[in-house]
Amino acid sequence: MDLMHYLILSLLLFIVGAVGFVIKKNIISVFLCLELMLNAANLSFVAFSRHLNQVHGQIFVFFVMVVAAAEAAVGLAITIVLYRNRNTLNVDDADTMKW
Amino acid sequence: MTDYLWLIPLIPLAGAAVNGLAGKRFPKSLISLVACGSAGVSFILALTAFFDLLKLAPDQRHLLKFYFTWIASGEFIARAEFLWDPLSAVMTLVVTGVGFIIHIYSIGYMHAEAGYYRFFSYMNLFLFSMLILVLSGNFLLMFVGWEGVGLCSYLLIGYYFDRRSAGDAGKKAFIVNRIGDIGFILGIFLIFITFNNLTFDVVFGQIAAGALRFPLEAGFGILTAIALLLFVGATGKSAQIPLYVWLPDAMEGPTPVSALIHAATMVTAGVYMVVRCSPIFSRAPIALEVVMVIGILTALFAATIGLVQTDIKRVLAYSTVSQLGYMFVAAGVGAFSAGIFHLMTHAFFKALLFLGAGSVIHAMGGEQDLTRMGGLRSRTPVTFWTMLVAALAISGIFPLAGFFSKDEILWSAWSRGHPFVWLFGFITAGLTAFYMFRLIFLTFGGEGRYSDEVRPHLHESPPSMTLPLVVLGFLSIAGGFIGLPAWLGSNRFFHFLEPSLALALSAEHAESSHTAELAFAALSVAVAFAGIYVAYWLYIKHPKLADEWALRWKYAHRVLFRKYYVDELYDAAILKPTVNISTKALWKGADAGLIDGAVNGVGLGIRNFGSLLKNVQNGLIRSYAAWILLGTVAVLLYFYAFSKGY
Repeated sequence: MDLMHYLILSLLLFIVGAVGFVIKKNIISVFLCLELMLNAANLSFVAFSRHLNQVHGQIFVFFVMVVAAAEAAVGLAITIVLYRNRNTLNVDDADTMKW
Repeated sequence: MTDYLWLIPLIPLAGAAVNGLAGKRFPKSLISLVACGSAGVSFILALTAFFDLLKLAPDQRHLLKFYFTWIASGEFIARAEFLWDPLSAVMTLVVTGVGFIIHIYSIGYMHAEAGYYRFFSYMNLFLFSMLILVLSGNFLLMFVGWEGVGLCSYLLIGYYFDRRSAGDAGKKAFIVNRIGDIGFILGIFLIFITFNNLTFDVVFGQIAAGALRFPLEAGFGILTAIALLLFVGATGKSAQIPLYVWLPDAMEGPTPVSALIHAATMVTAGVYMVVRCSPIFSRAPIALEVVMVIGILTALFAATIGLVQTDIKRVLAYSTVSQLGYMFVAAGVGAFSAGIFHLMTHAFFKALLFLGAGSVIHAMGGEQDLTRMGGLRSRTPVTFWTMLVAALAISGIFPLAGFFSKDEILWSAWSRGHPFVWLFGFITAGLTAFYMFRLIFLTFGGEGRYSDEVRPHLHESPPSMTLPLVVLGFLSIAGGFIGLPAWLGSNRFFHFLEPSLALALSAEHAESSHTAELAFAALSVAVAFAGIYVAYWLYIKHPKLADEWALRWKYAHRVLFRKYYVDELYDAAILKPTVNISTKALWKGADAGLIDGAVNGVGLGIRNFGSLLKNVQNGLIRSYAAWILLGTVAVLLYFYAFSKGY
């Protein structure tokens, strides 16, 4: 398989994630879209790692996974607190952080 | 030799620092000890330095002590250096000697005042500044002392700062002095531009050596400009027309301050400066003419105001202004040493008059109005006799100190060809005798006009106050004998001062007979006695007559009593327009309108722009994400479009 295929797949995944992030209102969906974007990036990393025969890309992937795990913990905690306080999962309702 | 010269000013400074920083917690006795002790030690050092100077041959009596370089910037070098020569020695002795006596007096006079330590700290600081002024070997250091005494004068006039009039008087003194100082500092600039140096010796040496470059100026040359600018400074500090207005108001300060600063020492700084710069002035006839005219006008003008004032200290204040005028007349006709001689004797008897007035005020429990005194002779005998001596001295009665010095000035004016100056000075001498004895008769003579509440309070002052009176009384009697006129032997004072004035261009004056001088002396004594007799006739023989005369010449009396409306004139001509321009044009127009408008306008613009931008921050996460996405896409497109080759 060619490097290009992986990159196209990575791009598609990323676009799905990005667009989903913008248009979805349910906070859990937004959250999943975020994960999708991270994993799209991960895919590019390993593809390049294989292509260039270097290990750097794979190491980066581990970093991203660690960050993603931490972010998932924080993000889910925020979700739970949001639901408890506002009784909603709609991100548009959490708009008090403004002027 | 005289290596300890720097200690003379530094000891009072140390005293000021100790009392000023820690005096609040000291008992009064310790404060007095520190203050009077430092003044006394300074006086003793000055005496030893003076005797060291006497040991030298007359042409060697000129010691320049260099201590350190104060400012060095390119060609400009300011040194901390003291000049010890006969002129600065005389001034130092007067300042420390009279200063020491007045410090002693203040112990008694100020004993009940709050802020006792503050008073003595300022007094010592004043001594320090004044000594820097007279000891300095260059113009810049002199200016430091000049400003220092101005500051101390301001602080001490405003000593009773809870009284509005005292605060106002302090500000007036400070501001009027600043106007004079502008002239002084411009003069210093001009000296530096011309001579590229500020040390007296170098500047005067260049003038004396370069007869081609600095001839006797017939017209208006550089030396005339320098001399006139310096004289502007002198009119401010020494209270001459037109800047004399601050001195009578300065009487708001405690009486020892009036005696030390506003009679004996600080106000004579202008005279000292003119005499110190005699090499410049003597080559600038126009400037000398100005000094003489201003001096004689001030002498006469202030004496006429003094005739009718009813505040005991104000009479003395106008008398001081008048006597300072005499000193400038002496300098103006080229008799510099006569000016310094009168400065010295005046320091004795005027300090005595003020201290005596302080003793009277003390006895009366704060009363200063002459119309409510009288009959104090038996109540305060020491004060009476010493003040009588001082009044006789200032009136110029033979053989007291004032006779010799004042007569020397009048004689110099006549013999150097200024008969009108002599005439004005002669009239002023009569007026002086009159208003001085008016003061004496109103205070001590006749019946007491005070209220019954004051009567039991009347008492002679404590020894710490009467002793200085007696010492100064002795000096007022004997002080004149060091400068006996030619018809009584040789003038040792003038010979002593000669080395300091060696570089001055001595004006031509005809040698005249001693008989003529003697005749003029007799004439001045006669006019003084006439003045005393008129005062006696008006205030003792016919006490009602003075009031009748005041009514008969109502307008003349009022003009004099209101001091020729000069304060009102300055108020209308200078103060009001300045305040109006400041308020309307500068404050409301330029500051509030232009500057505030610009600042507030910028603020308002940014605020409005911000309220447009704030809509972007709407709190919606999806909106933020969309902006980030759009931004990323835009950046990518940018690179795609412009960096294809890369």
